[in-house]
Amino acid sequence: MINVFKLATRNLLRYHRRTALTASLITLGIVAVLMFVALSGSFKALMIGQITDSMLGHLQIHRKGYVASIDNLPLNLLMKPGAVAKIEAQLQQMPQIAAASPRIKFSAMFSNFTETTGIRLNGVDPQREAATCPLLPGRVSDGSTANGLVEQGKLLIPDIIAKGMKVKVGDTVVLVATNQDGSVNGQSFVVQGVLESATGPGGRDAYLHIDDARSLLRLEDAALSEMAVRLHDPAQLPQVMQALGDTLGQMKNPQGQPALEIHDWKKLTPFTAIANMIDLLTLFIKVMLVAIVLISILNVMVMAVYERMREIGTLAAIGTPPRRILGLFVAEGLLLGLAGTVIGTLISLGAVGLLRAYPVYFDFGRQENLQLVPGLAAGDVLFIGALVTLIAVLASLQPAWKAARMDPITALRSV
Amino acid sequence: MSLVQAVGLEKSYRAGEVTVPAIRGADFTIEPASFVSFVGPSGSGKSTLLNMIGCLDRPSGGRLTVLDTDVATLDRRRAAAFRGNHIGFVFQDFNLVPVLSVYENVEYPLVMVQNWPAAQRRARVLELLEAVGMSDQAHKRPDQLSGGQKQRVAVARALVTRARLVLADEPTANLDHATAYRVIELMKQMRDDFGTTFLFSTHDPKIMEAAEVIYALEDGRIVPGGAQ
Repeated sequence: MINVFKLATRNLLRYHRRTALTASLITLGIVAVLMFVALSGSFKALMIGQITDSMLGHLQIHRKGYVASIDNLPLNLLMKPGAVAKIEAQLQQMPQIAAASPRIKFSAMFSNFTETTGIRLNGVDPQREAATCPLLPGRVSDGSTANGLVEQGKLLIPDIIAKGMKVKVGDTVVLVATNQDGSVNGQSFVVQGVLESATGPGGRDAYLHIDDARSLLRLEDAALSEMAVRLHDPAQLPQVMQALGDTLGQMKNPQGQPALEIHDWKKLTPFTAIANMIDLLTLFIKVMLVAIVLISILNVMVMAVYERMREIGTLAAIGTPPRRILGLFVAEGLLLGLAGTVIGTLISLGAVGLLRAYPVYFDFGRQENLQLVPGLAAGDVLFIGALVTLIAVLASLQPAWKAARMDPITALRSV
Repeated sequence: MSLVQAVGLEKSYRAGEVTVPAIRGADFTIEPASFVSFVGPSGSGKSTLLNMIGCLDRPSGGRLTVLDTDVATLDRRRAAAFRGNHIGFVFQDFNLVPVLSVYENVEYPLVMVQNWPAAQRRARVLELLEAVGMSDQAHKRPDQLSGGQKQRVAVARALVTRARLVLADEPTANLDHATAYRVIELMKQMRDDFGTTFLFSTHDPKIMEAAEVIYALEDGRIVPGGAQ
């Protein structure tokens, strides 16, 4: 039995070389887009994971105005103990929160007794920091975290400082910091470990115990620079941000303004610009794919209509309804698009599987041997497939419409 | 009642600023189950006349009714439906669909035009293939057939929908004389078997002799007393 799709398939196979070329072009476009989506998505996810899991957490809470001055690590914009208690209470009530790490951030002078340099420091609770930034212990390249991420009286220093100041694990160093009231205080610490540098804010910071930070800064209360928060599921970030905004946003300062500000990781790292650029490039590649499919299918279908005018005239003369003739040519475009989509998707899935079996390693910034694990979400594959199929149908509509509207006598007279 | 009736039928075409008359005041009637030929030299208006009877073209003047339907009142869609239901076509160049087998070519109008159920469709196609002597070639593609065989398939396709009227514009022009005569005889046989009216055009004197009614055309006019 014949039907529109059987007839369309045979007509495509009739010009098999042209059909193969067009399908190859669509296949190539699909492979290019899906591989770009898989690789760039993997790179993006890896970098975001590095940033959130080793430094930032998924969101941070600060006193209003702190983030605008964060480069100076101001001590006059610490969150007061009352606010910190309310934040802790609120976070404990939210099941989406996996961990939260209180931090005191400040800058100090770092001395090895012969040289001195500036250093950025994070005073952290070792257990809570490790729970909030689970990749942070893995950045300790030299030294041990067996007794906790950072023990009291000890320091984790970035490798750039260790190399520059020729300091190694076990060495004693001195930190000199300016306190909130402007006085200066100094304490000696032992280097517990050396941290690999990471790309992003805080990637070259040193870490010490939060009690040591309070002692060095002569802070007598539980004031904090920030609270870094990790979620069980990063996809819940918008809802959590909304919920925290609704509750913590109610806290006002004496001027009646919100006392706190809440930022997600995107607002705290310049990598967001790179991530946005990747998204833009993905969109651009998709537009290119649309253009490839549109032009190639349109070209093939226009050719098909001109070459088969007499045949179209015959079909029209014997009474084929115009909508059937239109359907016949649209079916050809659809099948061509589907063929390219299916083959392209299979090749892409195969290539992604190969890349997962034989991983690719790369360096980014000061981070080395990052493993790219490309993956394709079903949603991405379905979207690209549906897009190509839709464009294939749209591209064949104009030639199909022309065929359906053709005057049978004129068509029958054509050579 | 006449199957086709033309009264003062006219058709003219515009070529730039000039109007070229193709049919000038033709009057004729065609009775059911007749075997009719329009004859005349090239440019005499045979094809134009067949195109209008086949609802492929519309008259410029006069009146033309086919199966009691005024051809001038049919729009494009209704004309297509009318052709699909009542008229079969046989072309000079056979015009079979090259990607379909003989069987599928004959089946095509029943699927794409009339939506027959599968069982009835199969029976009807086999009946027609048997009638035109092409049963043993059913699986072949048109490019594997001779000209005469192709035209037999075309005749089967024209008749498969139980068309009341089959129009054949120069159906033997691309055939050698012996084959042409066999095709005309086949058409006549089909007329006898199925009661279908056949209208064909030709300028071959030997072929026109096979017709029972002949209308001679000259410069778009039916020659007075030309109906034989």
